[in-house]
Amino acid sequence: MEKSILLDHGSGGLASQNLIASLFLKYLKDPVLSQLEDAAVLPSKEGQLAFSTDSYVVDPVFFPGGNIGELAVNGTINDLAMRGAVPICLSLGLILEEGYAVDELEEIIKSIANACDYAGVPIVTGDTKVVPRGKADKIFINTSGIGMVEKDVNVTAKQARIGDIILLSGTLADHGITILTSREGLRVDGNLLSDTRPLHFLAQAIIKDFPGAIHTMRDPTRGGLGTTLSEIAKTTNLCMEIDEQAIPMQNEVRAACELMGLDPLYLANEGKCMVLAAPEHSREILHKMRSIPEGRDSAIIGRVSEKHAGRVVLTTESGGRRLVEPLSGEPLPRIC
Amino acid sequence: MRYVDEYRGRDFVRSLTEKLHNLSSRPVRIMEVCGTHTMSIFKHGIRQMLPKHVQLISGPGCPVCVTPSGVIDAFVELATRPEVIITTFGDMIRVPGTGDSLIQARAAGADVNIVYSPVDALNLAEQKPDKLVVFLSVGFETTTPTIAATILEAVRRKIDNFCIFPANKVMPPPLKALMQDPELQVDGLLCPGHVSIISGSESYRFLVEDYGIACVVAGFEPTDILLSIIALVKQVQEGKALVENCYGRVVTAKGNVKARTIVDTVFTPVDSEWRGLGSIELSGLTLREKYSSFDITKRLNIQIAPSCEPRGCRCGDILKGISQPPDCPIFGNRCTPGTPVGPCMVSSEGTCAAWYKYGFLN
Repeated sequence: MEKSILLDHGSGGLASQNLIASLFLKYLKDPVLSQLEDAAVLPSKEGQLAFSTDSYVVDPVFFPGGNIGELAVNGTINDLAMRGAVPICLSLGLILEEGYAVDELEEIIKSIANACDYAGVPIVTGDTKVVPRGKADKIFINTSGIGMVEKDVNVTAKQARIGDIILLSGTLADHGITILTSREGLRVDGNLLSDTRPLHFLAQAIIKDFPGAIHTMRDPTRGGLGTTLSEIAKTTNLCMEIDEQAIPMQNEVRAACELMGLDPLYLANEGKCMVLAAPEHSREILHKMRSIPEGRDSAIIGRVSEKHAGRVVLTTESGGRRLVEPLSGEPLPRIC
Repeated sequence: MRYVDEYRGRDFVRSLTEKLHNLSSRPVRIMEVCGTHTMSIFKHGIRQMLPKHVQLISGPGCPVCVTPSGVIDAFVELATRPEVIITTFGDMIRVPGTGDSLIQARAAGADVNIVYSPVDALNLAEQKPDKLVVFLSVGFETTTPTIAATILEAVRRKIDNFCIFPANKVMPPPLKALMQDPELQVDGLLCPGHVSIISGSESYRFLVEDYGIACVVAGFEPTDILLSIIALVKQVQEGKALVENCYGRVVTAKGNVKARTIVDTVFTPVDSEWRGLGSIELSGLTLREKYSSFDITKRLNIQIAPSCEPRGCRCGDILKGISQPPDCPIFGNRCTPGTPVGPCMVSSEGTCAAWYKYGFLN
């Protein structure tokens, strides 16, 4: 363990996992927490209660395709949705830096309201703190959310089975590359936009139509698809086999990744879900996902096997095969 | 995507690997000199496509990996000075010297910034006139011209709070040193495509004439690499040693003369230490006397401590292609990309990092 916290510890990759395992779980030993799922699912008298929290510190606060406000709403809704929950309500915690422009704050609050309206999930409680200039970067947001999971629904990494198909609900790495290029002031031809959007409509549609067939869902945010798949492979001790050619990607995203030397498998997505589902219904599930706007570009990208236990194996664009390891630190641009 | 898809197509790749399998069964050892080649070979899964008798060895061509630990320690020490802002290419910041890396120095309060171009560092110096902005000048022939041009731009814009920490290196001297190493047995070199854009394919002529080594300049896409391997295997099979250019869409025989002139104007060759390889005559670059005010080591009289390599690390042998990463006792346990010990693990383009990250499938 490092003596001090590095940015790598927030990357969502190996360093984050090590911090959680070696420090947080050392003291916080709750069995539900220890499952390390996107949201906790707790039994209650009325059914299963889903509970999740997430903090948002994105820089820049406004980016092509959205801003920190709608990201904070959609992000927590998605954490609930990935456990098969119907989101019910959210909390909103704001940490503001002294001197932050009220105009900008108003823009953010407006977009929070719009995102809540669109998703049908209200903010029902909140909190505001202000810290001296320089003690925060403009605005940090925390949202927590509560949802309900139907009695028979059990969507978790542990449900993954050999033979399951792996689906992705759309194009890869849109959010990550948009943030990186706008942060660095790099101009890329085309229209790079964050993919921030809620996924509960999509998740509920397939869970309802294919009861019992949807085994695992994850939204590959920080750490990207590569890290998310590695986590599932490790948890289940199964092999995740994916085909690079089948992964949907926008041309401008591919171009920007090539230019900056970044691997799209490790860049964040904020409106995509990865689904592990029973193979018998693969075509129908794909068809259903594609019939919903946020799943329009869905594709089957691979399958679960027993070949290389606990590993992710990629068939490359050119037909080679290699392993995919979890992200080990913040993605860095190369020297040459 | 144009200029990418056509070089990665599965059918084209399959036809090339079939051709390679049918060529000969004579063992051929090929060294890919450049770190970007190493990475591309792993990333596209090319090793698994090759016949068993064609062996690829990764060479010393990652500028981050070969920067000695004494220089890294000096970078980190410099970063802790309150008047200094460090600017650097991204993959340098995780590299440990004998103590901390820049990323740890940053966590402790140092001002360390990743830039995409040395010009960004110069612009930062202009915006922060009361700070000393230092660019960590690491790189081979490909990167050095833009750094040289930035020095000339600093002169033109009269910016005197901008310096570089010169640690640039050139490729021919280590290649010569490798060829003279009796332990190394290599039949052909996959020559670095990006370096060749600047230095020209003819710059490898001495390897062919003095050492009888087959040389092929290669691009970085799977088909570029496979076509170049085929060309090398053919040369070896026919007992030839030629300089061939399989990256003709960007590399010429003479290279970029203008870029080299700018480098010669600003830099001059010096002896230089390579992590894992030791000191190699005239293999580094430092600023000429006329531009020495931009040299932070002179301005602040920085002394570079002799480097010491971590115990157990086999990177020296790996950089020479004598050993492979799994041969090293600390590979994958004490030494990982998150906790790199040796130079080949520190950079994303290092040989050990590539083996660790992309692995190998049986």
